Amino acid sequence: MTILSVRDLKVHFSTEDGVVKAVDGLSFDLAKGKTLGIVGESGSGKSVSNLAILGLHNPKTTTIGGEIRFNDQQLVGASEKAMQKLRGNGISMIFQDPLTSLSPYYTVGEQIAETYRRHTGATKKKAWARAVEMLKKVGIPQPERRAKQYPHEFSGGMRQRAMIAIALCCDPALLIADEPTTALDVTVQAQILDLLRELQSEFETAIILITHDMGVVAQMADDVLVMYAGRAVERGTVREVLKTPEHPYSWGLLSSIPHLGGDVDVPLVPVRGTPPSLIDPPTGCPFNPRCDYRDRVPDSRCTTERPLLAPADGHGSACHLAAADKKLIRTDELQRLG
Amino acid sequence: MTEVAAPTKELLTASGLQMHFPVRATGLFSRKAGVVQAVDGIDLTVHEGESFGLVGESGCGKSTTGRLIARLLEPTGGSITYDGKDITHATRKQLAPIRTEIQMIFQDPYSSLNPRHTVGSIIAGPMEVNGINPPGGRQKRVQELLETVGLNPEHYNRYPHEFSGGQRQRIGIARALALQPKLIVADEPVSALDVSIQAQVVNLLQRLQRELGIAFVFIAHDLAVVRHFSQRIAVMYLGKIVEIADRADLYNNPHHPYTHALLSSVPDADPDSEKHRERIRLTGDVPSPINPPSGCRFRTRCWKAQDICASEEPPLVQLSGATEGHRAACHFPEARQVMPE
Repeated sequence: MTILSVRDLKVHFSTEDGVVKAVDGLSFDLAKGKTLGIVGESGSGKSVSNLAILGLHNPKTTTIGGEIRFNDQQLVGASEKAMQKLRGNGISMIFQDPLTSLSPYYTVGEQIAETYRRHTGATKKKAWARAVEMLKKVGIPQPERRAKQYPHEFSGGMRQRAMIAIALCCDPALLIADEPTTALDVTVQAQILDLLRELQSEFETAIILITHDMGVVAQMADDVLVMYAGRAVERGTVREVLKTPEHPYSWGLLSSIPHLGGDVDVPLVPVRGTPPSLIDPPTGCPFNPRCDYRDRVPDSRCTTERPLLAPADGHGSACHLAAADKKLIRTDELQRLG
Repeated sequence: MTEVAAPTKELLTASGLQMHFPVRATGLFSRKAGVVQAVDGIDLTVHEGESFGLVGESGCGKSTTGRLIARLLEPTGGSITYDGKDITHATRKQLAPIRTEIQMIFQDPYSSLNPRHTVGSIIAGPMEVNGINPPGGRQKRVQELLETVGLNPEHYNRYPHEFSGGQRQRIGIARALALQPKLIVADEPVSALDVSIQAQVVNLLQRLQRELGIAFVFIAHDLAVVRHFSQRIAVMYLGKIVEIADRADLYNNPHHPYTHALLSSVPDADPDSEKHRERIRLTGDVPSPINPPSGCRFRTRCWKAQDICASEEPPLVQLSGATEGHRAACHFPEARQVMPE
């Protein structure tokens, strides 16, 4: 059952230098209890598109177009009141840095209880009990005592657990996790990812996981969306995208990271150049200035015509290269990399 | 996998290196201030032209170790020998000639470059400070350096804000190269960069290490990046080295439980390899370095801990049956496979 459906989402910011097209035509669906991994580099629009889902952009400088349907409710253009009802209740979010996203002036328990009371109208006592229960659920030892402590008394991993407790206390249908483990150490990251998986199967929460770490995606996601310059350049199941990627940018991302079990004598293959300006993006395919294969497409279509994500369903990529060419190039490349 | 074989001359040796930072007591009656035992007795040797990796989680003391090696900090105990000279407590003046030979590359390419200086004067800075006038002039040398790190030599007049993160990191590298150092301490040089850019910088550093024969101390938390870059690697936990070995030995034949846990926690980008892999999950957090556990510092999170671990600190010793130079600090070391296929 699809709970979130995004169609042709556009998020444009007006700045002194011009209009930044941070997200420019993004579409995806997410079903109940599933995890969608959104990968991409800084500035690819992965966070911006998700802030748009929660209606968190400044309406004065931001233009949002397209459609965001959450359980048949249209979120683009929804009133602030309607959004407030939704945030923390139907849709929750956890951020990268748990210290700056928790209030230093309130105890952790108060912050969980406040969210719960706001949306359920429960009594203070009930809400506090819920806070302690949630802390226990996210694996914090001595939850009664810990609930009375302030965020600075928690370690990084504990704070992220507390954030997750706040996000899940109203049993949201959708959880947006924006780089939830990037600020954490690798052994703590493993704990938090395990926790998210456990809670997801218990609450049947749908998760949008925004990350730049292919390893995290491989462990967590059912489906993957690769974003570049405000657009989705590839979409598919986690196995399709990571095992048989189709877009040259996805190839680049995968061959530029060292693998733990990889051959250390094979040099990494970086994506050359730098990400494009979003004020004045390249014409045609936004990736074309960094792409090694644009000359293999006839009639310089890569610089003139914007490729669309095709096919419309299942595993697809936004690239003009012919399917046979892609296969050939990829086989060559993998052989070269051993 | 080929490893750099012939051991070359020792360039830098640290023994019993210790850095305790005093903690100022807060509150009226807490007179006795404690110390943060950031680095507490580590031994390591860096050879000429080798890349030595230091890994560990935040707070393990790897950055402090890097700063001690570059003598940006004066150790509170132990000794550092560089090129046969004891520099443990060398004065500013005595250090001056050595400063030209040991350089640093920092994590954040934004805060490590002065925004008011042009790239040219940033890179020429070390030459100016040391009164070095290369043949052909400083500007020519700056342009050569820009070219070496893959930037346009005509851009020496630009300011840091005109460059992207990856390009700025290249500027930092050019500055480190300006004095033709023998040793570069690179503290998380790629962790602030986007993945597609990381590879560019890693490849550049690797090329420099090979072509110019510079020794590197490569500090990072990313185990895959360290494995890719370093020939010998030390794993740190709470101010101590817990295991040290050649790359292949450390990753394919790790012996310390903490190394097992660390390697097993790294998510692999292959969704299938995860199924066959052993999962070791640590509970709890790293204890405070102000009041570390007695005996083995890892024992509070270790599944193998017994009474002896609390009473006796395990020394970092050569493992029997392992390759020469493969040392671990554990009472119950055991080889274990934790790498993805």
